[in-house]
Amino acid sequence: MVNLLNVNLAGIPLKTPVIAASGTFGFGREFAELVPLEELGAVCIKGLSLRPWEGNRGQRVTQTPSGVLNAIGLENPGCDYFLEHILPQLRTYKVPVIANIYGHSVQEYGEVARALDTDGICAVEINISCPNVKQGGLALGTDPAVITEVVRAVKKNTHKPVITKLSPNVTDIVCLAKAAEKAGSDALSLINTLLGMKIDIRTHKPVLGNIVGGLSGPAVRPVAVRMVYQVAQHVAVPIIGMGGITCAEDALEFMMAGAKAVAVGTANLYQPDTVHTLTQDLQTYCEEKHLSNLQDIVGVALPQGKKSMLYSQGVKG
Amino acid sequence: MTKILEESPILLQQPLDAHTHLLRLGARQIAREVQPGQFVHIKQISSGNSLLRHPFGVAATDLKNGTVDIIYREIGAFTRTLTTLSSNDTLSVLGPLGHGFDVTCHRALLVGGGTGLAPLLFLASLLGPQKADVLMGGRTKSELFWQNLYRPFVAKIFVTTDDGSCGTRGTVMAALPSLLTQGYDRVYTCGPSPMMQAVAGACAAQKIPCQVSLERYMACGLGACLSCTCKGREKRLKVCTDGPVFWAQEVEW
Ligand SMILES: Cc1cc2nc3c(=O)[nH]c(=O)nc-3n(C[C@H](O)[C@H](O)[C@H](O)COP(=O)(O)O)c2cc1C
Ligand code: FES
Repeated sequence: MVNLLNVNLAGIPLKTPVIAASGTFGFGREFAELVPLEELGAVCIKGLSLRPWEGNRGQRVTQTPSGVLNAIGLENPGCDYFLEHILPQLRTYKVPVIANIYGHSVQEYGEVARALDTDGICAVEINISCPNVKQGGLALGTDPAVITEVVRAVKKNTHKPVITKLSPNVTDIVCLAKAAEKAGSDALSLINTLLGMKIDIRTHKPVLGNIVGGLSGPAVRPVAVRMVYQVAQHVAVPIIGMGGITCAEDALEFMMAGAKAVAVGTANLYQPDTVHTLTQDLQTYCEEKHLSNLQDIVGVALPQGKKSMLYSQGVKG
Repeated sequence: MTKILEESPILLQQPLDAHTHLLRLGARQIAREVQPGQFVHIKQISSGNSLLRHPFGVAATDLKNGTVDIIYREIGAFTRTLTTLSSNDTLSVLGPLGHGFDVTCHRALLVGGGTGLAPLLFLASLLGPQKADVLMGGRTKSELFWQNLYRPFVAKIFVTTDDGSCGTRGTVMAALPSLLTQGYDRVYTCGPSPMMQAVAGACAAQKIPCQVSLERYMACGLGACLSCTCKGREKRLKVCTDGPVFWAQEVEW
């Protein structure tokens, strides 16, 4: 079968542009019995910090209309445990692994990046935008000066391509995207979750232990598509689009808005074979539309003058 | 252990009391794999704007007919929707998930309350009357339709009700301490958390190994999202994959 889906993302060759989004796919192994992992473009693993982190207390997830609110609080086993106990197994799956990283300070971002600058990791994604951690989290993600510092600290400590994952909880996403690009980010992921909350009217209390949480799922898709569309017009680095993708049609929307690759998050939680079905349907789409590669449609929805930017980066080829 | 995603027709919907129902699903592959204590993760195929699945401990299987039974109480939007479904409907069922009970015992007492009695029912059917007795707690007599369900599988049924309308008055703790001196080498408990904590404490005092089946809000059920973790004595526990069944001493209450 001709590969109609392959793509080179910031120097990383991927079989398909379909990535499993951080925090919704564990370390990949949790889905190994339900989807052929080798069929994926890449697996982006749960956010890692230097030391183990317990995450938030109380209820961590709840449903909202067409969405999910989560306040996991970045529970993770820490880099050492990951390197010793999880990465060796991950290496046996034939799928590129993107390490999503989180620091409680600019310096810690650098230290995590250095710890994970190892075989078996194909790229580093900076989670600069998680709304669930009180120390820093959101503040870091919304200030262009801090983004610049974090991206530089990570770049200095890794040989891998660096992806910066941006927060949608800002008024001007383009400004942050430009800051990340200028600081040396090799690609951008957008979007992370939107800050939200839910109140239990029987108990008179917020449902989530953390009070606020991150909204994801189909409910946020229009916001995410809009942000990809805006950012694609102002940066030259490739974009990984995500936010509420459940099927091939949703993925195509993001790609037409300018995303070179897409990530599936929340859908994995309730329909664990989503990435498999979606990938097959993208392949069928290419065949039906007689595309030589799915990348032909990247950015086709952008205003005329702006497409040239993508084409000049060789998105098309 | 294989995990399977099946589209399961509803074969039977049977009311057990005013708010509790038995739902029988056609899920041949899951029926073959599932062990007592494991759960299935269920959603409607087209669930409109509610996305997530809901976990239910398996209450019975029928290998010949390829069916899985769950017993649910109407407590929220999803279980209310379940009551409206009939044999023309199909559910998306993921399972079997989690780890079940350790059945290496000679004489076990099963202690349950509410729908916690559902996974214990499946366990009782495996252990049989030579090995299993049950102690069930309820608010009032009408909740104890469970006796009929358990009768074929256990030697003795002990009952407590909060209002004394059936069996001993009080919670299961009113009857448990004296039962624990009668030669059981294992206790299994499933139900409200305070009940399980009390049961685990009583078992620890008598040095009888006890397994508890925990309940937590779950999203993925696969160990991926960390929405269900809790503090364990030695490490953090994922209720969906490390459990839902744990040895009582693994849990930090
Ligand atoms: C339960 C859960 C956990 C998440 N954990 C992380 C994380 O650790 N790091 C991160 O960068 N994003 C995390 N995210 C955000 C997702 O990767 C994704 O950006 C977002 O949910 C939007 O995509 P979706 O609507 O397809 O889920 C998490 C999302 C969910 C629902
Ligand atoms: S429900 Fe997702 S990890 Fe347990």
